[in-house]
Amino acid sequence: MQTSNPNAMNWLVVYPEILLLVMACVITLVDLWVRDPARRPTFWLTQATLGVVAAMHLSYFDSGLTMYGMQAMVVTDPMGHLLAFFAAVAMIVSVAYAQHYLASREMLKGEFFTLSLFVYLGISVMVSANNFLVIYLGLELMSLSLYALTALRRDHAVATEAAMKYFVLGALASGFLLYGLSMMYGATGSLDLGEVFKAIGTGRINKEVLTFGIVFIIAGLAFKLGVVPFHMWVPDVYQGAPTAVTLLIGGAPKLAAFAISIRLLVEGMSGLAVDWQPMLVVLAVCSLLVGNLAAIAQTNLKRMLAYSTIAQMGFVLLGMSAGVVNGNTVSAGNAYSSAMFYIVTYVLTTLGTFGIIMYLSSQGFESEEVADLAGLARRSPWLAGVMTVFMFSLAGVPPMVGFYAKLSILQALVSTGLSAHIWLAVYAVMMSLIGAFYYLRVVKVMYFDAPAQTEPLVRSQGLSALLALNGAAVLFFGLLPGGLMNLCSDAILKALAS
Amino acid sequence: MGLLSVAIWLPIVAGAVLLALGRDAQANVVRWVALLAAIAGFLVTIPLITGFDTSTAALQFQEDLPWISRFNVRYHLGVDGISVWFVLLTAFTTVIVVIAGWEVITERVNQYMGAFLLLSGMLVGVFSAVDGLLFYVFFEATLIPMYIIIGVWGGPNRVYAAFKFFLYTLLGSLLMLVALVYLYIQSGGSFEILDWHKLPLDAHAQVLLFLAFFAAFAVKVPMWPVHTWLPDAHVEAPTGGSVVLAAIMLKLGAYGFLRFSMPIAPDASREWAAFIIALSLIAVIYIGLVALVQQDMKKLVAYSSIAHMGFVTLGFFIFNELGVSGGLVQMISHGFVSGAMFLCIGVLYDRVHSRDIAAYGGVVNTMPKFTAFAVLFAMANCGLPGTAGFVGEWMVILGAVQANFWIGLLAATALIFGAAYTLWMVKRVYFGAVANDHVRELTDINSREFLMLAILAAAVLWMGVYPKPFTDVMQVSVSELLKHVATSKLN
Repeated sequence: MQTSNPNAMNWLVVYPEILLLVMACVITLVDLWVRDPARRPTFWLTQATLGVVAAMHLSYFDSGLTMYGMQAMVVTDPMGHLLAFFAAVAMIVSVAYAQHYLASREMLKGEFFTLSLFVYLGISVMVSANNFLVIYLGLELMSLSLYALTALRRDHAVATEAAMKYFVLGALASGFLLYGLSMMYGATGSLDLGEVFKAIGTGRINKEVLTFGIVFIIAGLAFKLGVVPFHMWVPDVYQGAPTAVTLLIGGAPKLAAFAISIRLLVEGMSGLAVDWQPMLVVLAVCSLLVGNLAAIAQTNLKRMLAYSTIAQMGFVLLGMSAGVVNGNTVSAGNAYSSAMFYIVTYVLTTLGTFGIIMYLSSQGFESEEVADLAGLARRSPWLAGVMTVFMFSLAGVPPMVGFYAKLSILQALVSTGLSAHIWLAVYAVMMSLIGAFYYLRVVKVMYFDAPAQTEPLVRSQGLSALLALNGAAVLFFGLLPGGLMNLCSDAILKALAS
Repeated sequence: MGLLSVAIWLPIVAGAVLLALGRDAQANVVRWVALLAAIAGFLVTIPLITGFDTSTAALQFQEDLPWISRFNVRYHLGVDGISVWFVLLTAFTTVIVVIAGWEVITERVNQYMGAFLLLSGMLVGVFSAVDGLLFYVFFEATLIPMYIIIGVWGGPNRVYAAFKFFLYTLLGSLLMLVALVYLYIQSGGSFEILDWHKLPLDAHAQVLLFLAFFAAFAVKVPMWPVHTWLPDAHVEAPTGGSVVLAAIMLKLGAYGFLRFSMPIAPDASREWAAFIIALSLIAVIYIGLVALVQQDMKKLVAYSSIAHMGFVTLGFFIFNELGVSGGLVQMISHGFVSGAMFLCIGVLYDRVHSRDIAAYGGVVNTMPKFTAFAVLFAMANCGLPGTAGFVGEWMVILGAVQANFWIGLLAATALIFGAAYTLWMVKRVYFGAVANDHVRELTDINSREFLMLAILAAAVLWMGVYPKPFTDVMQVSVSELLKHVATSKLN
C-alpha cells in the first residue's frame, strides 16, 4: 500500500525528526541561560518536545497510512509510529525519573537533555528507516549519545570504565553490522530494504555471500539487543552507568533495536528466514539460560536486572524466530506482534523498576543493592506494592502484563505446530521458573526482611504519582491486555502488508 | 453483573481498598471492614446453592463477556454440580479466617486481611472460571497473596517455606500453561474448557497433555512424591494461611483433575489410572505412617491432609460414581475438618507458642470447652461415622471395592492409620495429667474462638448426619462426567 511517489521528498514524513533536531539545538542554547539547579526550563522544554513528537506519532499512527519519504530512504508505517510513540513515552518517563536523581548528584547539566533528545532522534530515525545506511545512521546517533551519557559522571571510575567498555564493544558491533550490510549491498546491489527483499526473492543471488552477510548482521543486532554471547557489556554498563542513564539505555533503545530487527530481518530479508531463524533460536536459548542463571548470583540490583534483561530478550527472540514455518509466512504476523507486545510491556516494566531504584536513592546513597530494599514494605507499603507488581510482571505471573507477554510468545511458538518449537516453549517456561526465583527474592527482601533504615521516605509527590501510575499501567494492562495486543498486532500486520 | 462476578470481585475490591487505605492505627476498623466484606462475600454465594438446579449437568449462573479478543479469551464464568460447593466453601472459610486472625494479628493488619480477601476472590474465580486462560490467571494469581502471607506472618523458617511453596507450584502450572496453549491451537483458537472437552485428540497428544496437567495438579493436591512443599508451607504459615491452604488450595489440584485431565484426555486418564491409583495408595498408607511419627502437631495435620487427598485422587481415578462423588464429598469435608484442626492448633499456639506435641499434655483439665471441640474434629479426621469425615471415605472405599477388592482393602487401611495418628496425638496433647506450668496456666477459649469453632463443628456434624444436599447437587454432573470419560476420543 504505497500512497506516495517513492522519489518524492515528502517532508511530511520526517516532520517529527526535524522538530526534534531543531529543538535539541534550541534546548542546548536555552540551557546556557538557565541558572536553576533543577534546570526546570530545560526540563519542561524537553518534555514538551517529546510530548509533541509523541502526539505527532500517535496521529500518524491513527491515520494508518504507509508513506515513503526522502526518496524512499525512510518509511512511515503504523509499526514505526507505534514504536516511536512508545519510545517517546518511555523517554518522557525516563527523563522525569532522572531529573531529581541527577540534580541531587550535580549531574543535571544541559547536555543530559540534549543528548537524551539525540538518543530519541536516533531511535526515531531507526524505527522509520527504509535503507541500510539510514538504519546505520540512526543506530550510531543513538549509540554515540548513549556512550556520552554513560560517561556523564566523569570523575567516577566505574562509570568511566562502563562507558569505555560500552563504546569499544559497541563500535565493534556497529562494525559487524556495517560489514554485514555491505555484503548485502555487494550481493544485491541495493541499500533499499524493498529492493533487497526483491533481489533475494529472485533467488539469483549468491547464497553464500548472503548467509555470510546475515551472520554479521545478526551479530550486530544481537549486541544491540544484548543477548548471549554478545551480552558482556550489559551487566557492566547497567551497573556502572548512573541509574538515570541505565534507564535510558535499557528503556526506549530496546524498542529501536526491535524495530531495526524487524526492518532488516523481516522486511529486508524474510527470504533468508530459514538461515536467520535458527541463529535467533540459538541466541535465545543461550540468553535464557545464561541470563537467568547469572541473575541468581547477583547481589547488585542493577546488575541483576541487567541479567534479567538478557533473559527477557531471549523471549523476544523466540517470538521472532517463530515467524516463518517451512517457508510459509501465515503465522508471521502473529509471531512478530507477540514479540512486539513483549518488548513494549518489558519496557513499561523496566521504566518502573529503575524508577524505583532512583526514587530510593538519596543524596550520596545509591540504592542499588538488593539488600537496600530490605523492609521496604514497612517504610513505604505502597512503594513496595508497586515494586512487587513490577517483579511479578517480569516473572510472568498473572495478573500482571508480563504474563500475557510470555503467553503470546508461547502461543506463537506452539502455533507453528512443529514439535521442536513446542519443546522450545517448554524450555522457555522452565527458564522462567528459574527467573521467578530472583524476582521473588526481591519481593522477599522487601516484605520479609527487617528494614535496615527506618526513617520514612520523603520524596516529591510528582515522582510518587508517576511511579504509582507506572505500576497501575502494568496492572491495568494485566487485567485488560486486549487493547494493547490489538494495537501491536495491527501495526505488525500493516508493516508486513506494505 | 452476575452473582459469580460479585462473589469474585467483592472480596477483591474490599481487599484492595484495605491494602490501599488501611492503617495499623485503625486496626479495629480494618478488622470490621474485613469481616463485613467476608460475610457479604459469603452471603452472595448462598443463592448459588439455593437456586441451583440439580437436574442438569449444564453450567449455571453463567456470565460470558469477551476479554482478550486477540486470543479469543472470554470472561466466562459458570458453576456446575462439581464446582458450586467449592465456591461456597471458599467464601465460608474466608469468614472463619478473618475471625481467626482477629486478635492474633497485630501488625500490618490491613495487609493480612487484604491478602486473605484477595485470595478469597481469586479462589472463587478458579472454581467458577470455564475459560481455560481465565482459570489459569486466577490459579496462578493465588500464589502471590499466599507467598506474602507465609513469608510475612509465618514462623521462623518462613522464607524457605514461602519460596518452596511458590516455586514448586509454579513449576507444575507452567507446564500446564504450555498444555493450555497447545489446546488453544488445536481447537482452532478457543480457550473454552467445554470446547476442549469435545476436542478429538490422538493418543500421543493426550498422554502429553495428561502429564502436563498432572504436573500442575499433582503438585497442588499434593500427591506423593511431590508433596514435600506442603509440610513446610503448613508448618511455617500463620494459622489463617494453613486453614486456607488445607481447606481450599489443595482442592484446586483435585478439582483440576476433574475439570481438565479426565474430560480432555479421557483415554490417557484411563491408561494412566493405575499409576495415579498407585500414587494415591502410597499417599494413603505411607504418608499415614509418616504422620504417625511427627513431633509437630501442624506437621502431623499436614501429612494427614496429604493422606486424605490421596483418598480423593483414588476416588476420582477408579471411574465410578461412588468414587468420584466420594472424592468430592471428601474434599468438602476435608475443607471443614482440616481447617478446624489447624484452628485448634492455632488456639494452642497462641497461648503456649509451641507446636510440639511434647510441650502439651492434659489440656482438657484447663481448657474443657476447647478440648470438646478439638476431640470432635479429631474424630472427624479419623472418619468416625456421624461426622463429615466418614461420608466421603466410606463412599470412596465402597467405590474402590466395586472396582477392585484389593484396592478397596488397601484404601480402608487409611481409616486405621488415620485413627492411629489422630487419636495418639489427641491422647498426648489433651488427655492425661497436666504436663507442665504452661498447660496449667492455659485459659479456655474466649467467645470469638468459641464462635469460630462452633460454626465449624456445626458444619462437620451437619455434613456427617445429613450429606444429601451435597451429594444431590453433584450427582448429575458426576454421572455426566463419567459418561464423557468413558467415551474414547480416539476414533
